[in-house]
Amino acid sequence: MRIVNQLGAGCLLLFAGLLAPAQQIDLSGNWSPRFHEDQPERIPGPELGDYLGIPINDAARLRAESWSPSRLTMPEQQCRVHISPYIYRGPLELRIWLEKDPETQQVIAIRNYISTYEQNRTIWMDGRPHPPEYAMHTWMGFSTGKWEGDMLTVYTTHIKTGWLRRNGLAESDHATLVEHFIRHDNNLTHVSIVTDPVYLTEPLIKSQDFVLDNQYNGNWLWPCESVEEVVLKPDDVPNFLPGENPFLKEYLTRYPMVPEQALRGGAETMYPEYQLKIKK
Amino acid sequence: MTKRTSAFSITLWVALAAAAMAPLSRAQNMTAAETHGQLNRDFDKTELHLLPVQGNIYMLVGDGANIAVQVGKQGILLVDTGFAQLSAKLVAAVSKLSEKPIRYIINSNSFADRVSGNESVRRAGATVTGANVAANITDAGAGAALLAHENVLTRLSAPTGKQSPFPPGAWPTDTFFGAEKPLYFNDESIQVLYQPAANTDGDVIVYFRRSDVIDAGDLFNTDTYPVIDVDKGGTIEGVVQGLNHIVRLAIVAHEEEGGTLVIPGHGHLCDQAEVVEYRDMVTIVRDRIQAMIKKGMTLDQVKAAKPTRDYDPLYNTNDFWTADMFVTAAYKSLTAKP
Repeated sequence: MRIVNQLGAGCLLLFAGLLAPAQQIDLSGNWSPRFHEDQPERIPGPELGDYLGIPINDAARLRAESWSPSRLTMPEQQCRVHISPYIYRGPLELRIWLEKDPETQQVIAIRNYISTYEQNRTIWMDGRPHPPEYAMHTWMGFSTGKWEGDMLTVYTTHIKTGWLRRNGLAESDHATLVEHFIRHDNNLTHVSIVTDPVYLTEPLIKSQDFVLDNQYNGNWLWPCESVEEVVLKPDDVPNFLPGENPFLKEYLTRYPMVPEQALRGGAETMYPEYQLKIKK
Repeated sequence: MTKRTSAFSITLWVALAAAAMAPLSRAQNMTAAETHGQLNRDFDKTELHLLPVQGNIYMLVGDGANIAVQVGKQGILLVDTGFAQLSAKLVAAVSKLSEKPIRYIINSNSFADRVSGNESVRRAGATVTGANVAANITDAGAGAALLAHENVLTRLSAPTGKQSPFPPGAWPTDTFFGAEKPLYFNDESIQVLYQPAANTDGDVIVYFRRSDVIDAGDLFNTDTYPVIDVDKGGTIEGVVQGLNHIVRLAIVAHEEEGGTLVIPGHGHLCDQAEVVEYRDMVTIVRDRIQAMIKKGMTLDQVKAAKPTRDYDPLYNTNDFWTADMFVTAAYKSLTAKP
C-alpha cells in the first residue's frame, strides 16, 4: 500500500511537472535602471587608470594603459555600441517582451530593446544551437535562454570586442556571458558573469537593478552619426607608448587613500582578504 | 541532369584526378607561415563549410584560407583556391550553389594556402575563349580565368631554365600592374584593389560592390598577427595602409554594425568594427617598434621588450607565425633601406 502511495505521489508530481509552464514569470514591460550600485563608474564614468575590482591580467592592463581617450574622436569609433555584457550598466531604458509562435503560443524568444545605441537583442528560448565559430560576431552576441525556477538564465556567445570598463579595459571577442534576470514584484535584478580567457583571470560578476516603469516616459532613441571631430593623420591611431601615459596618476592624486596596487586591478586585490594584507 | 552539366562534370573530375596526381610535389617551397601552419593537417578529414554572407557572396571555411565565393547567372567566381588536396571538396561544395562553371579565380596573394589549388580548381572551370567554342562554354578546355597582380605571377613562376615554385597551370592567366583591376561579373561591379608592399608585394583586396562585401585577403585575420613576408616585399607599413583602406571602403549600417561585411583571411566573418580593432593593434605595435628603433634598440632588445604582449593572448596563438616572427618582420621592414 505504501509503495502504491509513493507511486501515486510520483505520478502526481510528474503530471504537475508536465503542466507547469516553461516560463515561470513574466519579465515583459518597460524597465528603468537604478544607479545606487557602482554609481561613479556607471554615470559620470570611470577614471582613467581605475581598474579596481576587475580580475584583469597583465595583457589587459597594458592594453588599457596604452589606450587614449582621443581614439573616441575617430569617426569609426564615435558610434561604437556598448556590448551586451556592458550595456546594461549605463543609462538606458529597457523594454522586454515575448515573441510567441502564433500557432502554439509557445515562447520562441524574449526580446530586449535597449535605448542606448537603439539595440535590439533576441534571447532565443526555442532550444536552437549557437552558430558555428566562423559566424559573425555582433554587439549583442547570440543568446539562448532557459528558465531556472523563476530566474531567466541566458548564455551569450559571438560578442564583438568591447569594454570591461570604458576607460580602456577591453573585453575580447572570445568572451562569453551568462546572465540571470530575477524579478521580484516591480523590481528586476540583472546579474552578468563574463568569462574572458584573453583578458580575465577569473569571471567578472556584476549586478544592476531596474524598476518597472508604468509611465512610459523614457527617452527611447539614440541616433548617432559620426563626424570629423579632430584632424588626425591618415594612419594615426591615438595611443600612449608603454610607460608614457601621463593620466594614469590622476586618480591616485585625487584619492590618495587607494593603494596603487589595488587601483591597477587583478583578482589578488579584489577580495576582503586584501584589506588584511595591506594593513600588515 | 542536363547535357551541359554532364559535360561540365566530366571536365571537372578529369581535372581533379589530374591534380590529385601531383598535389604536394612542390610542398618543400611552402613555409609554415604562408600555409597558416596547415602543411601537416589531415586533408581527408577536413570538412568545408559554406556560410552565406550577403548578396551573391558566400564564405567557404575549412580550406587553407577563407575563400570568397560569388555565385550568379554567369557562373562562379572564387577568391583563392586553398590547398590542392582539397580541390575536389572545394569544387563539390561550390557546385551545390550553382550548376554553372567556375569562370573566374582571383588570387589575393601568392601564399601557398591561397594558390596551391590553382591548377586543379582552374581546370575544373571554364572560360569563354572565343569563336572556336560553339554553344557550350564548358567545351573551351581552357579552365577558368585566373586573375592576380603581376607580382603573384612572378612569385609563382620562374625564369626559363629554373624550377618554378608552382607549375605553369597554377600561374595567373590575367595579371595587372596598376592600382586596380575592375571586373563586372554576375551583375556585379568588382574592384580588385592592389595593396602595395603589404603581406607581400602582390596583395589585393576584392570589393564586391553590389553585395557590399570585401575579401580582405591576408591583410586581416581574427586569429593571428598578419603574416609579413619581408623577403617577398611585405612591410608593416603596407599592412597598416591596407587595413586603413578597408576601413575607409567599409560603410557601417545602423549603430556601427553590419553594412559592408568583411571576409578575413582566417577567422570568423566580420564587419568594419573588427577591422578597426585589428588596424588599431597593428598601428600601435608599429608605433612602439618605431619608437624603440628611434632609441637605437636592436632587434633582440625590441623582442625582449615584448611590444605585442597586450595582444599576444589574442594573436600569438600558434607556432607558425609567432609574436616574435611578427615583431622581427615589422622591425626589418621599418629599418630596411629604401
